[in-house]
Amino acid sequence: MINLIFRRILYAIPIAFGVSVVCFSLVYLAPGDPLQTILPSDASAETIALVKAAYGFDQPLPIQFLRWLGRVVTGDFGQSVATRRPVILEVTGALSNTITLVMFAVPLAFSIGYSIGVAAGCFPGQWIDRALTGTAVMGVSLPNYWFGIVLVIAFAVEMMVLPATGMGLNGSAGFSIFRWEDARFLVLPVITLSMVPIGIISRTTRAAVAEVFNQEFVITLRAKGLSEMAIVRHVLKNSLPQVLAVMGLQFGYLMGGSILVETVFTWPGSGFLLSKAIINRDVPVLQGTILMLSMVFVATNLLVDLLQAQIDPRIRRA
Amino acid sequence: MRRIMRGLLATTALMLGVWGAASQAKAQSVVTVGMTAGDIPVTTGNPDQGFEGFRFVGFNLYDSLALWDLSSRENPSDIKPGLATGWEIDPANTRRWIFKLRQGVKWHDGCAFSADDVLWNYARVSDPKAPQYLTQQMALTRTYVTNIESMEKIDDHTVAITTKVVESLFPYSMSYFLMISRCKLEALKYDWNAYAAAPSGTGPYRFDRMVAHERLELVPNKDYWDPKRVPKHDRLVLLPMPEAATRAAALLTGQVNFIEAPAPDTIPRLKSAGMQIVTNKYPHNWPFTLNFERGPMKNLKVRQAANHALNRGEFVELLNGFAIEEYTTAPPGTPYYGNPVKYEFNPKKATALLKEAGCYPCKITLAISTSGSGQMQPLPMNELLKSQMEAVGFQIEFKVMDWNSLIQIARSGVEKYPEIDGYNGSRALLDPLSALIKPVWKFHWSPAGSNWGHFFDQEVEDTIAATLNEFDADRRMGLLTKLHELHSQHALMIFVVHDANPRALSPKLSGFVQAQNWFQDLTPIVVKP
Repeated sequence: MINLIFRRILYAIPIAFGVSVVCFSLVYLAPGDPLQTILPSDASAETIALVKAAYGFDQPLPIQFLRWLGRVVTGDFGQSVATRRPVILEVTGALSNTITLVMFAVPLAFSIGYSIGVAAGCFPGQWIDRALTGTAVMGVSLPNYWFGIVLVIAFAVEMMVLPATGMGLNGSAGFSIFRWEDARFLVLPVITLSMVPIGIISRTTRAAVAEVFNQEFVITLRAKGLSEMAIVRHVLKNSLPQVLAVMGLQFGYLMGGSILVETVFTWPGSGFLLSKAIINRDVPVLQGTILMLSMVFVATNLLVDLLQAQIDPRIRRA
Repeated sequence: MRRIMRGLLATTALMLGVWGAASQAKAQSVVTVGMTAGDIPVTTGNPDQGFEGFRFVGFNLYDSLALWDLSSRENPSDIKPGLATGWEIDPANTRRWIFKLRQGVKWHDGCAFSADDVLWNYARVSDPKAPQYLTQQMALTRTYVTNIESMEKIDDHTVAITTKVVESLFPYSMSYFLMISRCKLEALKYDWNAYAAAPSGTGPYRFDRMVAHERLELVPNKDYWDPKRVPKHDRLVLLPMPEAATRAAALLTGQVNFIEAPAPDTIPRLKSAGMQIVTNKYPHNWPFTLNFERGPMKNLKVRQAANHALNRGEFVELLNGFAIEEYTTAPPGTPYYGNPVKYEFNPKKATALLKEAGCYPCKITLAISTSGSGQMQPLPMNELLKSQMEAVGFQIEFKVMDWNSLIQIARSGVEKYPEIDGYNGSRALLDPLSALIKPVWKFHWSPAGSNWGHFFDQEVEDTIAATLNEFDADRRMGLLTKLHELHSQHALMIFVVHDANPRALSPKLSGFVQAQNWFQDLTPIVVKP
């Protein structure tokens, strides 16, 4: 097991390097000016040149990349062009706000998605399967941007029972999930954020459970006279590695903080930070956020690999 | 029993505490603004986030030597004395301005404002060797101080500013140069991040609290030097809310009580909920800036045809009435408006002009953005523009891009993008230099300045030279009026609409006067309980 962990961590290094190259290149391939936020729209060429030199954007791209990489490996992600705050503070602050959302969205999405998938998979082709699968497809298909706005109109604007936007009465700095006045700000974004993972997890679970039910060992179990409940237990255990892989991806998706959901609810998480960095072409924040999020993805996948190996020894031997 | 009594007492005390806190919170009158900005504007001096940054943060925390008079709804606003009580040109040198500074002004940290502070602030944005120099502030200020050659202290309350070239409109530039406290930055040992979290100016509001990216809270500066502008509420909370739907929902749910730029289609819903919709003309236009180097737009007849092709009433209708038809650069009522050519909707004339110009069908490429500061509803408006212009004989290819990419085109100039015949960028026409001179002056040919399409006309050049050398206000206004009329005679742009700048306020707010300006004074707002 230790060898497996070591091997997977080694695999993560080239992935992280590849991600950093790709994210650096993509940021520069996109049209636009990284100094847009701090330069007036009628800034002269002379002013632009002065500011570019001061921020190091006048250097050739490979030099800029190597300098950035050199700083990143020492833990220095640089400063935001727009706010001058250290990028590491910007990203960790935003990630902690997204984690607050994820803490509620993950149990909600995973438990509902898994339950729906299991129920549908146990009765393939029957009305309950069709009804639940239909619901799951709807969850995946609804654009969460639109769904979030609908929830805001219904519960915030019309019924006035929940707030429409923001994170707590006084912002994230004083936010407490143990105070209802703050916690109520979570309800609508958590529901909106959970919709897509509920749909995807339930579809995957349904397919995995139905597939395992068709395997020969299930016939053998029935022939041996096991109760249906005991058979379902075996089926669920055998379908779990496949479901876990999708759950891992969805966890990464949720940690990335959906840009659209966080923008609709002005939730100051990693997705919102990323969207602002894209709009402003705040290159250091953009690079830092993408790199951190990709590391979260890599770490999540590593964890899922280890869990799968723990559940299914065949994977460990592969 | 004693334990029960203790428990009861504790509960009562807690409830009283909660009730006390609640009534204290109720007693506070708070103006909470949903801004269109995507982030809190920087607090280190001149703000980012365009003029919205100036409107809500810059001019609330800080003052400049000249301030904008925002007290009237009816009259176009102009500059007035700010930290300077007045200014005059040196009779012996028309490049040397003497600014008399206001006495008795205190920074929020208690230090006194003096001439040394003005010089120190100039070094902050111009001298890379000065400890207070900050590149970001240099970038945000450069446009306004670029004509300054030197600054000198005459006495503690007088400074002289010498410009590089004669510029009779120079005091306008000083209205955009905000002064920050030297005392505070020195006390913080030039730590700009610490300063950003505890800024100090002379403005009508003091900094109180900030949650990065989420909210900025300001409280009244009770010692403000202009007693008429001491805020009439207890707190001003600024929240960035770039989504129009989010701002409207926040207003309807009571999370905010003042929103910027509600989308036109949400206004009936806001009105039905009892919200006040305030609107006014202001110096803004939504035109296409054109290419004078190459292509069809070099031809005056093609430019006139484009302007005659537009039925501007339909644009106003599309925007639910929250726009004003635009026939020339500035909106009617501007002091230098004069008698410009009015390009009425006349499709037959437009087609005839295109045929006369030998450009029929007339293929043009226009750059437009999907959104952006002051861009109104760019996609539906441009769809309408395309349909109207194509109906008279144009063939339009749109290059659609995000706001940042469009700004890059605007900054880089026509030489880098010769294939583009025009771009759709809203313009702030606050001062005559930005509104009338920069877009047509050869000195400002891109990329050195904002004459993007390299417009040139000798009569225009002569009028500009005369304007900048004219120090008599009435005679200068005559020259500016002539310049404005020349804009329309040359059909300088494709003129479409002026924004009517709607805002929505809770019925509990009163006292707000929407000035004809990009900046607004929030200090008179009273919040009813």
